Amino acid sequence: MRAVTVGADLLGDALEAQAVGVQRVDWRPPMPGTEDDLATVVLDPLRADADARAVQAVLDTTAVLVDVLPAAEAIGLERGQFLHAGPPLTWERASGPMRGALMGAAALEGLVDDPDDAPALFESGAATFEPCHHHAAVGPMAGVVAPSMWMFVLEDPVTGRRTHCTLNEGLGKVLRYGAYSPEVLTRLRWMGDVLGPLLQGAVRAVRDGQGPVDVSGVLTQMLQMGDEAHNRNRAGTLMLLRDLAPALVAGTERGSSAADVAEVLRFVGGNDHFFLNLAMPACKLALDAARGTEGSAMVVAMARNGTDFGIQVAGTGDEWFTGPAQVADGLFLGDYGPDDANPDIGDSAITETAGIGGFAMATAPAIVRLVGGTVPDALATTRRMHEITLAEHPRWAVPVLDFQGTPTGIDVTRVCRTGVLPQINTGMAGRVAGTGQVGAGLVTPPAEVFPAALARLARLSRERASGA
Amino acid sequence: MTRPPHQHVEVRSAYADSVALLQVSRTVAALPGVAAAQVAMATPLNLDVLAGMGFEVPDDAGPNDMVVALRLVDGDPTTLEAAVAGVDAALRALRSARPAAAGAQAPPRTTASALRGADPGDPVLVSVPGASAAVEAADALAAGHDVMIFSDNVPLEHEVALKRAAAERGLLVMGPDCGTAVLDGVGLGFANVTRPGPVGVVAASGTGCQQLLALLDHAGVGVSWALGVGGRDLGRAVGGLATREALRRLDADPGVERIVLVSKPPDDEVAAALASYAATLGTPVQLALLGPGLPDLTAVAEQVLADLGVPVPQWPVAGEVHREVRGELLVGLFAGGTLAQETELLCRQAGVPHEVVDLGDDELTHGRAHPMIDPTLRLERLVGALEHPHTGVVQVDVVLGHGADPDPAATLVPALAEAARPVVVSLVGTAADPQDLLAQRTALARVAEVHLSNAGATRRAIGLLTGGAR
Repeated sequence: MRAVTVGADLLGDALEAQAVGVQRVDWRPPMPGTEDDLATVVLDPLRADADARAVQAVLDTTAVLVDVLPAAEAIGLERGQFLHAGPPLTWERASGPMRGALMGAAALEGLVDDPDDAPALFESGAATFEPCHHHAAVGPMAGVVAPSMWMFVLEDPVTGRRTHCTLNEGLGKVLRYGAYSPEVLTRLRWMGDVLGPLLQGAVRAVRDGQGPVDVSGVLTQMLQMGDEAHNRNRAGTLMLLRDLAPALVAGTERGSSAADVAEVLRFVGGNDHFFLNLAMPACKLALDAARGTEGSAMVVAMARNGTDFGIQVAGTGDEWFTGPAQVADGLFLGDYGPDDANPDIGDSAITETAGIGGFAMATAPAIVRLVGGTVPDALATTRRMHEITLAEHPRWAVPVLDFQGTPTGIDVTRVCRTGVLPQINTGMAGRVAGTGQVGAGLVTPPAEVFPAALARLARLSRERASGA
Repeated sequence: MTRPPHQHVEVRSAYADSVALLQVSRTVAALPGVAAAQVAMATPLNLDVLAGMGFEVPDDAGPNDMVVALRLVDGDPTTLEAAVAGVDAALRALRSARPAAAGAQAPPRTTASALRGADPGDPVLVSVPGASAAVEAADALAAGHDVMIFSDNVPLEHEVALKRAAAERGLLVMGPDCGTAVLDGVGLGFANVTRPGPVGVVAASGTGCQQLLALLDHAGVGVSWALGVGGRDLGRAVGGLATREALRRLDADPGVERIVLVSKPPDDEVAAALASYAATLGTPVQLALLGPGLPDLTAVAEQVLADLGVPVPQWPVAGEVHREVRGELLVGLFAGGTLAQETELLCRQAGVPHEVVDLGDDELTHGRAHPMIDPTLRLERLVGALEHPHTGVVQVDVVLGHGADPDPAATLVPALAEAARPVVVSLVGTAADPQDLLAQRTALARVAEVHLSNAGATRRAIGLLTGGAR
């Protein structure tokens, strides 16, 4: 016989004195004030089954790339309407990079000639912005989507549900980090005029020929090739290019210029983050499958708008639980330092929510220095995330951990019980609108969002119990 | 030159369980230059204790903070430095005592995580504070494991929810409020070392169970299974859910020839339902439900022996009463709730004025260790009782076994030696218990009359008050 003990060491000692093997739990008190809510939620008769169904829905969902379309067509975005990352936000509370990205997008759409004239549009409500998450989309960093921007369209082959994400612009001075200088807008126009249409032709040709690009399959492979699919997407990007390149080249037969095809191949191949914008909607597609699972405490979204960090939970519908976004801890580009960094921003924490990114750090030793860590830290991080998750992802195996699956399905109750917060790999945007990227690092959600979500789950549980 | 005494209070963001901190406090209090030391989590009860000791604790200290409070014999900074170093060393020693900390992998942080890959037969023993116990126990049930809840102060509705979930899965929830179990000879919680044998016990009472184990062991009869179902299991709210499962399991074990169900006074309907369930089992079930007019635990043990055809031995008594009776009151200071209740019933039956306290009661153990581990509370009460003019006889219990104080006589004997009143001790233990029953009995017998049978000890105490012979 072996025994598991949790609590007083003395009782474990007494078992060892009887030659019984003892596995001790390193228990600590839960987050302050959560004891009652924890008991209520954990003892809810719905919970165990609801959590199991929620996480299974995530694990069962796969994603294929079926199209590339302008946002106006893909999700019906209209002139003057924009999407942004994170929970809902007002212009007054928007951070520098969020404002910068919206200003650049307004200029891109021709609503203003000079981006600096755009704030009046947003202040007056003449131009509006809503969370990407409310429109079957996700956006990295500021995550701003304008009607003319092209988006990847991912589909769950079983249900036909779709999610969307814009095309990745590359690094440095880019709109998603809040930069809106003429060079940024020039690149975005090229993406709209050349990259989008050529990718559309190639994606459709592949889809109608050998079948759509299997985004889930690429994710599985890239995780075994040293990408954690959040801050490192090099293998994934090159595999995508491998799948699309023949059709892109064949596009010259459909009228694309050879020079444009070469430029597209150079742009995608030279942008190590290009696949991130496929990894993110693939994760959202999987997590959305669990939304609305009554009684489940599993997190279905973590997202930041540069001001607030918000989470959504399977058992609490579309409600956001928010707290102040934190500034990441990491390394800075050039002369930038912590004072230059904006609080955390972007929907990209959807990758961690699904079990990759920071949760798969162990598989990506090549980037541990970029995000300010060591290889042992990376192994420890992935192991630690198993403490707060419901499952191991059967497709996302980590070779160095003996092919253990990545930790998937963040459980609000376990976060509150252990105080272990989800680890997120992230880029850092400059605090001042127009700056662009200033660094990359590690960040966690503000702890209070988890007790807040737990309290809501507990209230719903009590209401169910009294109604029954 | 003498320097004035000095107080030092600091709040740390750290956690250790109350028993471990008791050890740390004791270690630190024994350091040179330290007049008093209390290292404790800042629970409301501990804050009261600290205030009572004259320490001022910052208002922002919460139950998840550790308070280090020291009173030093002087204000010399080197004395303080040495004392704080002593605290650090004692806390470090707690951590290094855990073998898991040495490995590369961090130890599991929840029961769910500890159970990944565990054998389904492995039991889980939960002793975290009561408000958090259900959460860990629910992990055990979800993973298909039996669980014993040692924690005090577990809300009744948590117990009901857990036991309902367990009943659906054919799992057993042992406890709460019954800190004793023996699983195929292995003791969990407070448990005496017994030889293997034909008796299986289902106990809604921890010390009641231990009394039976001790008496049967003395008579040469072994107990392989003692399933502690919790003091409230036979109440109306829980409705005997765990008792039923425990009876079912013992009935299914061919090695069990006789089942004894011991409980504090149960709910009548629940008792009746269990009695009719017991009647359907193949193994005879002896009910030992304490109550007015019902047999005491010693009588139950004697009945079990008679049923098994084993002669009833003389229950051992050692030492003698040295002092004269001067008051009319029997004061009972018990670590064992059922032993306290048995004594209370016998006093009431005999019409003897009495004041019997269960020091293990949930209300007295908020945020501190059980009196079977921590003698402080009993020693305080003992001084009070001995000073009280109405006190005639003092009765205390000393319960041995795994999990209990490693040497209870060491603190009790000096306190009892001062007693100006006769003292009777119920010493519950078996010959193989780690404390060495014989050594404890010998030490206690120097200052008190020591009985193995609690009922015997109580009758003797009553006899002293009423002038009857021994």
